[in-house]
Amino acid sequence: MDFTVENLSCARGGVPVLEGVSFKLRAGGVLLLRGPNGIGKTTLLRTLAGLQPRLAGAASAGAESIAYAAHADGLKATLSVAENLNFWASVYGTCDIGPALRAFNLEELAPRQAQNLSAGQKRRLGLARLPVTGRPIWALDEPTVSLDRDSVALFASAVAQHCAAGGSALIATHIDLGLDADTLDLTPYRAQAYAVPGFDEAFL
Amino acid sequence: MIALLIRDLKQATRAGGGFGLGLAFFLIVTILVPFGVGPESATLALIAPGVLWVGALLSCLLSLDRVFALDFEDGSLDLLATAPIPLEAVVGLKALAHWLVTGVPLTLIAPMLGVLLNLPSGGYIWLLASLGLGTPALSMIGAFGAALTVGLKRGGLLLSLLVLPLYVPTLIFGAEALRRGTAGLENTTPLLMLAGITAASVALLPFAAAAAIRVNLR
Repeated sequence: MDFTVENLSCARGGVPVLEGVSFKLRAGGVLLLRGPNGIGKTTLLRTLAGLQPRLAGAASAGAESIAYAAHADGLKATLSVAENLNFWASVYGTCDIGPALRAFNLEELAPRQAQNLSAGQKRRLGLARLPVTGRPIWALDEPTVSLDRDSVALFASAVAQHCAAGGSALIATHIDLGLDADTLDLTPYRAQAYAVPGFDEAFL
Repeated sequence: MIALLIRDLKQATRAGGGFGLGLAFFLIVTILVPFGVGPESATLALIAPGVLWVGALLSCLLSLDRVFALDFEDGSLDLLATAPIPLEAVVGLKALAHWLVTGVPLTLIAPMLGVLLNLPSGGYIWLLASLGLGTPALSMIGAFGAALTVGLKRGGLLLSLLVLPLYVPTLIFGAEALRRGTAGLENTTPLLMLAGITAASVALLPFAAAAAIRVNLR
């Protein structure tokens, strides 16, 4: 499924950060979002995932076909790796977590509590949620933070596998993943500073 | 959707989940009151309905800030908001989980604590009935308050200030139903009012709370 975004504007904290963002993500493709800190990569991904309203523009697929992965992994410390993943599997109505555990090399850690994992292992568990969702478009916000070299390769092959199956991925990242991917630099879309009408009302 | 309920119950009962917090607080309040009031059993019997209800209400309040704050901090509230379950159902299930780990144990332990307060023997059935009818409303109203304050750091103070006035009708009718029942008077009206408050909050507040969460996640 192709994913087109046209003329999208989004705001963070009432201040527009991006204007007129347009791109096309074809089925099986990967698009890397680049740009300096604060340019609005996270805001763009949250807007596409439906967590924030867009100021203007249109996207060809709704939030229901996007699997969003944020900076935080959303893990429950007192639940085991398998319990954490099984929870998301039943929320999304898929049942088998085996392939996801294998893809991120988590099989040996399955019975361990999430609070006893290292930062990189937690990240891998957070990313293992993505194949479990069964959604076609992955929107990932700096997925490789705290991953070691081998785990980055593991992640890249998981993305490649997802794309080979007809899915696509939108990844905000600063590093080279070694994937065959298009790049979108967000710097030219920086919004001109102006106040969004109505935001002040919250303070009056 | 049942998975969310099971997850919350598992978390609450494991180490650090805060399962016993409300219960222990309720126990402490009702044990301390007889020491403070003194050994006149007639006075204790007189104030027992009010003390039991206030104790239950405050214990409920104690664990409210955990309802959404924990999920907000570790990022799972974002992920739940993008998951294919309606946020209204998430709120309802969270309130149900809070009731199961707070309201139900409070209701079940209340008769034992009623003995400490010299509650007259006719009052126990009404104690169970009024708490059983009223505590779901306490959890649901509390979940609404927690949803309003979810994005705030240390929002506990604001949460209590917001929720306490909303708890007042439940407290009045709950304690009144218990007092009248204990005294052997007709108490259908306060019980019906209590049931009405519970039904209305369970029916309406999930929508209000879900809207508040959507705004707070922006």
